[in-house]
Amino acid sequence: MRYTFLLYSDPAMAANMTEEDWAKSKEVYGQYIGALQEAGVFIDTDWLHPADTATTVTLAGGEKRVQDGPFAETKETLGGFFAIEVENLDEALKWAEKCPHVHYGKLEIRASAMGSV
Amino acid sequence: MPACPLRQTRDPCVCYGQRVNRTETQARAEDVARAAYGKLIAMLASRSGDIIAAEDALADAFVAALKTWPERGIPEKPEAWLLTVAKNRRTDQARKDARLVITDEAETMADTQVMEPEETQLDERLKLLFVCAHPAIDEKIRTPLMLQTVLGLEAEQIAKAFLVSPTAMAQRLVRAKKKIKSAGIPFVVPEPEAFPERMGAVLEAVYGAYAIDWLEGDGDLSHEAFFLSTILAELAPENPEALGLTALIGFIEARRDARIKGGVLVPVPEQDINLWDSQLIERSASILTQASLKGRPGRFQLEAAIQSVHAARSVTGKTDWRALSQLYHGLLQTYPSIGGAVSRAAVVMEDAGPAEGLRILDLIEFDGLQQYQPFHAVRAHGLSQLNRIADAAEAYNTALSLCADDPSRRWLEEKIADLRKKMS
Repeated sequence: MRYTFLLYSDPAMAANMTEEDWAKSKEVYGQYIGALQEAGVFIDTDWLHPADTATTVTLAGGEKRVQDGPFAETKETLGGFFAIEVENLDEALKWAEKCPHVHYGKLEIRASAMGSV
Repeated sequence: MPACPLRQTRDPCVCYGQRVNRTETQARAEDVARAAYGKLIAMLASRSGDIIAAEDALADAFVAALKTWPERGIPEKPEAWLLTVAKNRRTDQARKDARLVITDEAETMADTQVMEPEETQLDERLKLLFVCAHPAIDEKIRTPLMLQTVLGLEAEQIAKAFLVSPTAMAQRLVRAKKKIKSAGIPFVVPEPEAFPERMGAVLEAVYGAYAIDWLEGDGDLSHEAFFLSTILAELAPENPEALGLTALIGFIEARRDARIKGGVLVPVPEQDINLWDSQLIERSASILTQASLKGRPGRFQLEAAIQSVHAARSVTGKTDWRALSQLYHGLLQTYPSIGGAVSRAAVVMEDAGPAEGLRILDLIEFDGLQQYQPFHAVRAHGLSQLNRIADAAEAYNTALSLCADDPSRRWLEEKIADLRKKMS
């Protein structure tokens, strides 16, 4: 089953990071990605620009509306994701606990719904 | 409308929609369905992870049984028959979902199928128990979910026990079942490391099922609950609460033959000790000792200890009310509950007299206290001991109006009749 980890955190935290912090962060994420690849479960990952740079689009209501900013203003925003392929939720949880993100932010696990309908 | 034998509220009347006379065959079919419900659901759902589809398939199989059995007789292995038909139905449904044409129903095949071995059945049920207790499932719905899927209680009965509306309970149960499937929660008995996290909800559900069946049910469910508690204790011998639960149920189960006399409830301190199962009491006592050696007390161990004090009357000839009072005090610190609080007041009443007991009773603060039958019964007992006969009669009448089971109702009626004699 394919699972996506949605990584939410408070962007204010990133603003206070030093160059040294960034280097350290790159290193731990690199190790995590390496571990996922080694286990053969890695599909994809990305790190996103802050939510205030987001553009939201909808055609709901029949008319195209484009909005500057995220669809919902919240303190914690989506900052990145991981997509992995594992057997079940228990396996996904094990990988989620190893993700460096969980030490400062929240990680939401969603199973892929592709093929379920 | 009688309760649906398949014990689900989503489609409760399907069984009675059929034009079948209520015959012995039907009664037998209902017995099989009731006794085997959890087993069959567990076996049907464990591979696909889809509890809702398993329930639908089993409901279909039950309808088929009501149609086929009166004509062709009850199959030699009714459980295996239901399982096979349900499996076939599920396959048909899968084909339908895949937009394929279905041609026949293959019901005639069912008689020749055999049930999987006992061990597999047990294993599947344990898996289902642990799925329901998964940390990814909302804590509040774990016990109700187990009561419904593994132990076959109706959503309505569960709603009553949890003091929520049947509709709300049914919705929450369906949501949880959908989550189990879509999130991919695995049907496995977890590694022992995961026991502490999940065992609490499992034990609570098993005890809940036992308690619901104790006075009202036919005994099937409580036997099943006792059996599951034994298995859980074997599975997790290092978990003192798992040991505590099986000891607790064992102590209560040992009094089964003594608890009702001529249809009337007999309170534990008045029961005939010759009707108690002394072997089961000894077994429970030894398991409780084993649990307490681990040095981690908990709710079920304390409740088992309370029952062991009652059981000791078979040796000492009297009830040690002081010990009970202390144990209830400890229980309320660990696990505050309305039942525990009222029982403690009742015990204090015996140990320190009616005035002190009533004082403790008046200190209880719980939602729903005024609607809780034992509260009024204990109050009535205290008042009658203080010779406040009219007040006592009023309290017994209130208790009677709240009473839900027949043995307790008859017991309360006897108490009221006794008071009337005193008054005249």
